[in-house]
Amino acid sequence: MTDKTIQHPPSTTGRPIIEVIGMHKWYGDFHVLADINLKVQEKERIVICGPSGSGKSTLIRCINRLEEHQRGQIIVDGIELTNDIKNIEKVRAEVGMVFQHFNLFPHLTIIENLALGPIWVRKTPKKKAEETAMMYLEKVKIAEQAKKYPGQLSGGQQQRVAIARSLCMSPRVMLFDEPTSALDPEMIKEVLDVMIDLAEEGMTMLVVSHEMGFAKRVADRVLFMDEGQIVEENNPHDFFDNPQHERTRLFLSQIL
Amino acid sequence: MPSAVPFWRDPAKRAIVFQIVALLLVFGIAYILFSNTQANLQRQSIATGFGFLQNESGFEIGESVIEYSSADTYGRALLAGALNTLKVSFIGIILTTILGVFIGIARLSRNWLVSRLSAVFIEVMQNIPVLLQLFFWYAIFYEAFPSPRQALNPLPGLFLCNRGLIMAVPESHAAHLPMIMAFLAALALWWGLARWAKRRLDLTGLSFPVVRVGLGLSLLLPALVWLAYGSPIALDVPSLQGFNFTGGISVTPEFSALLLGLVFYTSAFVAEIVRAGIQAVTRGQVEAAMSIGLRPGQVLQHVVMPQALRVIIPPLTSQMLNLTKNSSLAIAIGFADFVSVANTTINQTGQAIEGVALIMAVYLCFSLSTSVFMNWYNKRMALVER
Amino acid sequence: MNPQDSTATREYLKPPVTEVGVIGWVRQNLFNSLFNSILTLLALYGLYMTVPPLFKWAFVDSLWFSNAEACRDIEGACWSIIPENARFIFFGFFPEDQQWRSFTAMILLFSLVFYTQSRRNWNRALFPIWTCGLVVMGWLMHGGLGLPVVETSKWSGLPLTLMLSLFGMVGAYPLGILLALGRRSKLPAIKSLCVIYIELIRGVPLISMLFMSSIMFPLFLPEGINIDKVLRAQVAIILFTAAYIAEVVRGGLQAIPKGQYEAADSLGLNYSQAMRKVILPQALKIVIPPTVGILISAFKDTSLVVIIALYDVLKTTKVTLSNPQWMGFSSEAYLSLALLYFIFCYAMSSYSRKLEKALHTGH
Repeated sequence: MTDKTIQHPPSTTGRPIIEVIGMHKWYGDFHVLADINLKVQEKERIVICGPSGSGKSTLIRCINRLEEHQRGQIIVDGIELTNDIKNIEKVRAEVGMVFQHFNLFPHLTIIENLALGPIWVRKTPKKKAEETAMMYLEKVKIAEQAKKYPGQLSGGQQQRVAIARSLCMSPRVMLFDEPTSALDPEMIKEVLDVMIDLAEEGMTMLVVSHEMGFAKRVADRVLFMDEGQIVEENNPHDFFDNPQHERTRLFLSQIL
Repeated sequence: MPSAVPFWRDPAKRAIVFQIVALLLVFGIAYILFSNTQANLQRQSIATGFGFLQNESGFEIGESVIEYSSADTYGRALLAGALNTLKVSFIGIILTTILGVFIGIARLSRNWLVSRLSAVFIEVMQNIPVLLQLFFWYAIFYEAFPSPRQALNPLPGLFLCNRGLIMAVPESHAAHLPMIMAFLAALALWWGLARWAKRRLDLTGLSFPVVRVGLGLSLLLPALVWLAYGSPIALDVPSLQGFNFTGGISVTPEFSALLLGLVFYTSAFVAEIVRAGIQAVTRGQVEAAMSIGLRPGQVLQHVVMPQALRVIIPPLTSQMLNLTKNSSLAIAIGFADFVSVANTTINQTGQAIEGVALIMAVYLCFSLSTSVFMNWYNKRMALVER
Repeated sequence: MNPQDSTATREYLKPPVTEVGVIGWVRQNLFNSLFNSILTLLALYGLYMTVPPLFKWAFVDSLWFSNAEACRDIEGACWSIIPENARFIFFGFFPEDQQWRSFTAMILLFSLVFYTQSRRNWNRALFPIWTCGLVVMGWLMHGGLGLPVVETSKWSGLPLTLMLSLFGMVGAYPLGILLALGRRSKLPAIKSLCVIYIELIRGVPLISMLFMSSIMFPLFLPEGINIDKVLRAQVAIILFTAAYIAEVVRGGLQAIPKGQYEAADSLGLNYSQAMRKVILPQALKIVIPPTVGILISAFKDTSLVVIIALYDVLKTTKVTLSNPQWMGFSSEAYLSLALLYFIFCYAMSSYSRKLEKALHTGH
């Protein structure tokens, strides 16, 4: 867990940990995601960017079944996501998610927020769950706030707690849905630092974000989505310096 | 040296003068009303004071929880009325909460039919005055149900007629008290079991089916006592004697109509409160809970309900208070609640002031205790923020 | 990995047929799980058992415009009780030849309400328009100046219900505002007086206030002065409603940011000016939805005057039912009256919801 190798390449052999095959999704009549194909290897870090309405949040929310897809397959760690509730629960225990608006539980203390999952899902004894929680709180450098309530913390602190809360379930994949978009500028760095540490320890990450500095530093692949399709994918170097498609160029010119 | 401010421009002094004037005005008016009242009472030879409470009342009360006859005092009559108010309010609150929660949740159902039907119930029941609903149910009893001689008999021992609902009850037996004690003992065991199970969960992570075991115990222990006493099954069955039933217990049409009207009316408001409370918990909370792997039941128990209850309980207690206040409408359909009895007392003794004052005092007790409870609850449950 | 050519237009496919259209809707809304499917079937069964017999009773076997004897022969509903007794139910004891005045007053009221509900008409002219309207209504109902006088004791039926609610609100609104301001005052005497009043009135049922008005008010007055029963009941309703309005307005005042009070003060406005020009316009606008809620409750609560023997529309209906001719048709009478109340109250509450949405975006 404290192994600090930098930028170790993802394994290209072996079964991908996430496979999305020919996936389509509709909201009513609106075709929001069209023919998505994606393979994510273990320890890979992927950043997804694109204009609003492009479907990038919808895509990652399909991966932990917060949204349902209507056609195609999504396979996480060998388990296919269908209407089977047992599979959904298994997948959700393996996949952690960090939300734009943190979504900490306001009626529980920080440490209770973190221990909730392990106690009730993994049936961990309370003491052990709290020990693990404290360890993760120290990791995100917020251990002294353990007994406080979310309402007493700043946005950046809350988001770090949210990351720790997902880590307590020992997920194999972490999904990030615009984790810094709701933060004041001075708090963005503290959250990105935690995410960089996580990446350096080898966590598989899918991050929807506009933080291009983060992408350049940490990503193995950058995906550009527009109008429900993956328009371009490449390694960060080539993606930013040599975008292949017109739409990608247009988007990059607007945000950089 | 700062010049002294003339006192009529000094805000502090003006405030004092203003208050003195206001108080003089209020007390002045009160004094005028008071002296007028005294003069009028004297003129009409109406007594004052609460001495009348010890006089014989001379009227009967339709139904009462305690023993009462027309030879008893006014004080006892009023007590019987107050107990009737408490009885209908207590049962009404329990039934309203159950029905209201059920309909509130149904309103949020993903099943379109169920959700629409609850919406119709809510809209209809909220928009029709409660008094009209009371008259309606009361009329149903008198017009739709037959006389005792032709009473409906849907189940053995259960009769429905225009004198009310009459049903058989187990005959009084020595076994009953021990059975109640066994039930209370089972409840105590249940509580102890819950505490032990929580400690075990904290230590080992293993859960225990406390609810199922507790429920089983509360049914099993009294049943064992019942068996030990030789399984007494003697029933006090109502039988038709002449024009009416004797035996069993009866629920009068007045009580039933009052209860039905109050429960249907108030549960519509409770349903809206429950719905609003559950919807107040943002979708993000539910999603966060689901993404750490909690199952829907667990999400409800640990994340949604604690937050929803904070939003639900304060307006819910207001509705409970409204139900209690609305029970005063009993006078319109002849149920002997406190207001009804007080009204008869006023008519007979002429002591309107004392009578109305008593009515207001009783209801003020209810509302003040509810306020105190709400304040305590809000303080305790407030979400801690910066 | 499937990057699309950026120049090709995206293919917009149609969703699978089980997801949309009628089939999709039925599947998602009625049968999306085993539990819901069972519920749907149960609900449909329940509807099947109750709706057709009710329909038969209410519409197929019913009579609408007959006399009482014909009604006794049928099994269905006797809706005729309403048309045959309409004059009494709606106008009560108002002299028959003058009932056009009652009727006109109601029409005037409805037109005023209809005019007011459109936000485009919310301007300075509204206040004088309402004042004129109320004066004209008062003249039509009471008489004088060319019309024969009809005492308030004869005002009954629907006009009485409407008047009690309307004048109840009109009287309670300013009183409620004063109470709310008083409750927020820093002067302890004023604050205590207002708190005592508000908590006392909110803690007791309306019926006790009505009793007070009919039994106690006469004792408060010097000998010889007699105030009409309707007026006494109206005062009781005003005093009662004012306490509830006070609480609602207090909520509005609390919602105004402190900065507004400070800005008004720093402009040199005194208390009365600050309240009238800056604070109250904002506060009252915020609380329009709950205020309409109180109006709806006041409208429903006028039915309580039955208990002090005033002839509102509920009492006139009851009196009709005690007529031996029409005895036994309570369900029909009460259901019709319920429909009347429902239409009024539902209209008011949907308006309130619409208003809330419109004001929410504006504020």
